[in-house]
Amino acid sequence: MSHSVELIDVEQAFGDVKAVHHFSAHIAGGEFFSILGPSGCGKTTLLRLIAGFTEPTKGRVLIGDKDMAGIPADRRPTAMIFQSLALFPLMPVWENIAFGLEARGVPKAQRRKRAEELLELIALPGYGDRMVHELSGGQRQRVAIARALAVQPQVLLLDEPLSALDLKLRQHMRAELRALQKRTGVTFIYITHDQSEALAMSDRVAVMSAGVLQQIATPQELYANPATPFTARFVGETNAIVGTVRGIEGGLATLTTAEGRFTGRAGPGLTDGARATIFIRPEAMALSRIALPNSLNAITTSLEYEGASAMLCARSEHGQELLAAVPNRQLAEAPGQGEQIWLSFAPEEALILAEEGQPA
Amino acid sequence: MNEMIKRFGPGLGGFFLILVAVWIIGMVLAPNLMMLNFSLKPMLFPNDIGGPKDVYTVDNYTALFGDRVHRAIFLKTIWGSALVMVATLAITYPLAFWMAKVASMRGARAMLTILIIPFWINEVLRTLAWFIILSFNGPLNAFLLSTGLIDQPVRWQGDFGVLAGMVYAYILFMLFPIYNSISTLETAQLEAAKNLGASTWRIHWRIVIPHAKAGIATGCVFTFMLAAGSYVAPALLGSPGSRWFTEIIYNWFFEGGNWNRGAAYALVLLVLCMAVVMVTLKIFRVNLADVAK
Repeated sequence: MSHSVELIDVEQAFGDVKAVHHFSAHIAGGEFFSILGPSGCGKTTLLRLIAGFTEPTKGRVLIGDKDMAGIPADRRPTAMIFQSLALFPLMPVWENIAFGLEARGVPKAQRRKRAEELLELIALPGYGDRMVHELSGGQRQRVAIARALAVQPQVLLLDEPLSALDLKLRQHMRAELRALQKRTGVTFIYITHDQSEALAMSDRVAVMSAGVLQQIATPQELYANPATPFTARFVGETNAIVGTVRGIEGGLATLTTAEGRFTGRAGPGLTDGARATIFIRPEAMALSRIALPNSLNAITTSLEYEGASAMLCARSEHGQELLAAVPNRQLAEAPGQGEQIWLSFAPEEALILAEEGQPA
Repeated sequence: MNEMIKRFGPGLGGFFLILVAVWIIGMVLAPNLMMLNFSLKPMLFPNDIGGPKDVYTVDNYTALFGDRVHRAIFLKTIWGSALVMVATLAITYPLAFWMAKVASMRGARAMLTILIIPFWINEVLRTLAWFIILSFNGPLNAFLLSTGLIDQPVRWQGDFGVLAGMVYAYILFMLFPIYNSISTLETAQLEAAKNLGASTWRIHWRIVIPHAKAGIATGCVFTFMLAAGSYVAPALLGSPGSRWFTEIIYNWFFEGGNWNRGAAYALVLLVLCMAVVMVTLKIFRVNLADVAK
């Protein structure tokens, strides 16, 4: 079992700017854990804290239950895969992979052997003597992974390593990374701003915004039950309508908005009279020609075909933009542009979250 | 050439070409050919020139290697210039690395300013300042005596003075090429190496120095050539025991009145410098074109 990583109330300030506020998380050994957030949210700072490139201003970082305070990057059981990969261009592939072993004083013959084994693992046998610039993007990616795995780290830290690849390759590498993680059993901490990447690969995802942890949950939980308005907006497409809570009963709340009154599930800590937002996923929206309970009146603006389904965009008379997913089999009956329609949803499929307590 | 005529038209393009040709032929080729011609003839009285004694000979060259003192000074100049080069590199490399990768923007800028400001002053005056600092009753000895590090004043001038003066005079020629090349190294590579457990020494040996080798070669070539051709520092900071080859050349021209011998000596120095450039580039496996950049 590889080491767990525990972050206890970690805070990182650069001068007056706080990049990370009170971040606590327990990452189990062998877990694939993603940290998801928009660029500049502090997720890379967090990763560098774990790697030991910086020390936290406050709080503690534990790896395998051992406090990492004062232990520099070269003596932590972590290996990092950089966004730019940071392969060494002046060394052949095998020396890149074996660099960590070279630093540990492993004899050359043994280093070479280990490098060949790892090339085997990443499905690039016989590539050892090539130079990095002779490899394609995906191959470089895999060499970077092999280089990190060569030192047999307990924790692998990945800083948006797929962002430079094209879509097809990215999807392929996702599956490969996931398989590699399962095979090696190493704890993966994966940083990304791409929510589909985080949802597809991770055991659990931490969502971060402006240095603040929003939620830690499994991908399914994150999508179905976002804990904060930020998470609801950031993870997946959603319709968000702001209003005021007027009555909570049996787990359901009623919200009055400029668009009318809506009922949905009450989020955690929702109070009567609070400012709140109701979130409805596009696939929860049903189209109708007549007014139903819990429905919005709107005029269609466009229909974007996306392959598996189509996304209907509409605008209410108050200017609220709305999205509804139309399954392919209903495409024939889909309304045309500029048509008056009603979009309705079941209360159980909508979630009302308080806007207060939302950190700036 | 065609590219230039295409870009600037035949009139302006041709004008540029003529300027370059005048420069290369008039300022570079012709003087060196004249020197070569001088060096291969004996020194003659004006009325013997064109007479039967005016024949080509290599006597001026054999004289250099036949004269024990001149030969020793020549070899010492090579050795001394190499020492200046190594000393300057040893001082500059950590400084360049610090400025390019460790220091904050403000720190690096402040350091650069501190290093550049003295260069607003003429080289002779700067060397004269060292002359004062290093003199027997000068401030350096006074300071060391007052701290008790030495109990007798030290004669700094001579070999040490020449070395110190030259290292100081040429530090920027070494610093800029190395600084520029280290700046282009991606910082993530240093972090990656560190993350993989490499020691500071290994990071430099395996990552930074191979990346910066073109800059290091350029700086070394510059420094060696400037040191070998230097006149002011050895003339002011040297002693009779630390004569530099350039001083001998100067003496042949302006004191000995033997331009032919002086020309031969100067050409030997030129060939030496070119040889050092080629060997250095070979060692570092760098092209001349990379240095020119």
